Amino acid sequence: MYLPNQNEFFIDPARCIGCEACVQACSECDTHKGHAMIHLEHVDRGQSTQTVPVVCMHCESPTCAEVCPADAIKKTDDGVVQSARKPRCVACNNCVLACPFGVPKMITDFELMMKCDLCYDRTSAGKKPMCASVCPSGALYFGPRAQIEQLRPRSTPVNKFQFGRQTVATKVHMMAPKGPAKAQYVDVTDAMNETGRGQRISLDILSTMYVSEEQP
Amino acid sequence: MASQPVLDLPIIEKFGPHRNYSNGLLLESGVEPDKLVKTHCCFCGMQCGIQLKVKDDQVIGFEPWEEFPFNQGMLCPKGVKRYLQGAHPDRLLKAYQRDPDAPAGFRVLAYEDAIQRVAEEIQKVQTTYGPDSFAVFGGASLTTEKAYLLGKFARMGLKTSNIDYNGRLCMVSAAAANKKAFGIDRAANPWADILKAEVIWIAGANIAECFPILTNYIWQARENGAKIIVVDPRITPIARTCDLFLPVKPGRDIALFNGILHLMIEKDWLDHDFIANHTVGFAAVAEHVKEWTPRRTAEVTGIAEGSIRKAAQWWGTAKSSFLMHARGIEHHTHGVQNCLGAINIVLASGRIGREGCGYATITGQGNGQGGREHGQKCDQLPGGRDIENPEHRVHAAKVWGISPDELPRAGVDVYEMFQRIERGEIRGLLNICFNPVVSLPHNAYIKWMLERLKFFVTIDFFMSETARYADIVLPGSLHEEDEGIVTTAEGRVVKINAAVSCPGDARQDWRIIQDIARALGREKGFTFANPREIFEELRVASAGGIADYSGITYEKIEKEMGVFWPCPSEDHPGTPRLFEPGSSNPIAKGNGPFYFPDGKARFNVAPYTPPAEDVDDEFPVILTTGRVVSQYLSGTQTRRIGPLVDQYPEPLIEMHPQLADRHYIKDGDWVRIEGRRGICTLRAKIVTTIRPDTIFVPYHWGGGKSINQVTIAAQDPISKIPEYKVCAVRILRQYGPPANATGLEPQQ
Repeated sequence: MYLPNQNEFFIDPARCIGCEACVQACSECDTHKGHAMIHLEHVDRGQSTQTVPVVCMHCESPTCAEVCPADAIKKTDDGVVQSARKPRCVACNNCVLACPFGVPKMITDFELMMKCDLCYDRTSAGKKPMCASVCPSGALYFGPRAQIEQLRPRSTPVNKFQFGRQTVATKVHMMAPKGPAKAQYVDVTDAMNETGRGQRISLDILSTMYVSEEQP
Repeated sequence: MASQPVLDLPIIEKFGPHRNYSNGLLLESGVEPDKLVKTHCCFCGMQCGIQLKVKDDQVIGFEPWEEFPFNQGMLCPKGVKRYLQGAHPDRLLKAYQRDPDAPAGFRVLAYEDAIQRVAEEIQKVQTTYGPDSFAVFGGASLTTEKAYLLGKFARMGLKTSNIDYNGRLCMVSAAAANKKAFGIDRAANPWADILKAEVIWIAGANIAECFPILTNYIWQARENGAKIIVVDPRITPIARTCDLFLPVKPGRDIALFNGILHLMIEKDWLDHDFIANHTVGFAAVAEHVKEWTPRRTAEVTGIAEGSIRKAAQWWGTAKSSFLMHARGIEHHTHGVQNCLGAINIVLASGRIGREGCGYATITGQGNGQGGREHGQKCDQLPGGRDIENPEHRVHAAKVWGISPDELPRAGVDVYEMFQRIERGEIRGLLNICFNPVVSLPHNAYIKWMLERLKFFVTIDFFMSETARYADIVLPGSLHEEDEGIVTTAEGRVVKINAAVSCPGDARQDWRIIQDIARALGREKGFTFANPREIFEELRVASAGGIADYSGITYEKIEKEMGVFWPCPSEDHPGTPRLFEPGSSNPIAKGNGPFYFPDGKARFNVAPYTPPAEDVDDEFPVILTTGRVVSQYLSGTQTRRIGPLVDQYPEPLIEMHPQLADRHYIKDGDWVRIEGRRGICTLRAKIVTTIRPDTIFVPYHWGGGKSINQVTIAAQDPISKIPEYKVCAVRILRQYGPPANATGLEPQQ
């Protein structure tokens, strides 16, 4: 039994280990076997092992649907933004270019935009989406909000993202570290200019050690 | 005559590794499986529960098994895609005989003829050179039933003392240290204790990539307020968010543990009652670590003094804790000492044998635990018994219906067996579940030694790099084609269930062993009809031993989702946590929690020694090796699974930009690693997440891509583990790919 009000989707990038179990499992989903609808990003492998799983955020006002010239992308009543409808999709790539999160994929073999639909076949049967079922580190989580808030007291779920002057509200939540003030939204443009502070400290230790070894 | 019949390329062309992808039935939507089989993953020591979808006697996919308590449906990419090893184009469906005139160097042989030939050759070798001239190699991916049968077959069927297994390259240092300190070789605590720990110390364990599901336990503990300390030369994904990262210089772990104990004593962060009542040997260790001042520890380990002090304070003042380590501190010529050092700081804290107070080595292989308990180790009999102990010999001989005098004595470890091949003492070899040509260090030597054998037979489901050297290759069984038990890294005995039948002439491995015994005319003791019958004998053989399985049944495992050994009777609940007051202990018999007659744990002085091959002017860079998340061990399976190969196709050399800059190396450049034993040319991956004096290369590949061409075979004198984690090399930028890179796919 699908309980849309109870189970929600949360992404916790601090927990991602980059293993790609989510991507590999996505391609096992019965409705799109052999094709993963999600992907994994290395933020900057040269500087960090930080990775981020990219699943569809299911926007309240989906940019992908707004830019679609063929009106092929629909959001269903449960708030899930679906893959383009085959009879309508003209494979123009507008959605792929416009999505602020970089989610939709053009499957050239099918001339069709396909994307994460939150595993409708599984969630409608009371199961978790494939990626959130397998994720070994809890970076992808599907369950009641009260439960994740209890399990992750150091973070707070956020579903508003600021891209310049555009604010995007989403069905899927991102776990943001709890700061002095409760995070209201993630400023994506600002975040792009941030450097990982925790990482730097360790790296400075490494470089100092090397220098000291070279100067006996 | 055990040399490759023809060159690599034609063998690879026919037998792979080729990449398998989903196709046909596997891509169709709406296929209703005939059944879902609850079993476990075929890869690492976590042994995640998984359900295999079966249609028309083929595994077509998986479904998460959310009820299994350890992983609750979670899987890593290897578990997700493992089903692609079935119905694989490279699968060996027939027996093969070496034949240089055949197109790929091997020709098909009828199964029975192959068995006959194997028996004849064994007899020929043993008649001419004696029983010990024929050796057996096993592996820790075998079910416990198979491992038990293999040990019995070597000792009772072949009457050879020369049997050992690939666990020798895995966790034997930890096993030896655990026996010295605790008298028992098993993780002391279930993983669930991690969640209740205040401080978690992770030494030399790339948990996120090698044991991915354990990450969730550690990070959940962190959410609960635990502090995480990671000791590693690389900022691995688990180290990325740790509270204290200690970037240890490879090979210096024992110095760090001694330095921590020094500070614990200086600041009196000790559990005096525990030390007095439950341990012996503290005074000598305290004396030994006097010289390990924070300054000296910092100089030797390369870790900042402040970090060492902070780690000691966190560890020293914690109320609960969990220390875990893996190959990072074990793969050393002083691996046992490293582990003893780790155990010393656990014992000094008194935090063991209680809820939330734990210690464990994280065993790497699927049955790394069960596979090392019941007799495929060179010095061991079932139940964790000692082959040199007269009482133990009597027990095993009685179960097997032979005289104790007929039992061979202790043999030697895998690497020394290769030296015995060199000396002509071993002339024939039966190998199963082991790919030493890829997985042993200095593997040119391994190839030369295989070539010296008069007869070499290997049982495998794919033509591994080692099988290419065989005179006869017998088609064995995949994990999903047989049933049996394995013991996970936390000591939980779980049941593997068969999902499909063996294709073609392939047989379940235990049948093949019994077929050879029959052809030898030595079928007595080798007439089991199924794994359950083997297990029933194993229960009896293990009864009263340290690794006591006598109270475990297949039904009990299924009902309780696994049973932790020791479990000495059917009404016994099993022992998730060792060393609790009153827990089952046949050695101490009520005298105390530890497995010695007085019930007390042992402190062991653990002196520091540098690696066997330290850096110098000629070879100034440290090479260390390990795994990546999408590959497993020698890659015999995972290099044949397309999506896993695509995730990380070829080994890369991780190096720090400071080191790369000195050699004018840019990301993606070809770089030749040169050592005293060999060279290996691979592409560079420039990352700031590694010590600048160290390079890292994963070891899962064969041929020219194998970093074990370079690694050193120096062994720990006690555990005989090779020093994979440190050797000295130099690096040279190349202006193009090496010859071996052309004409081959990345996994080949």
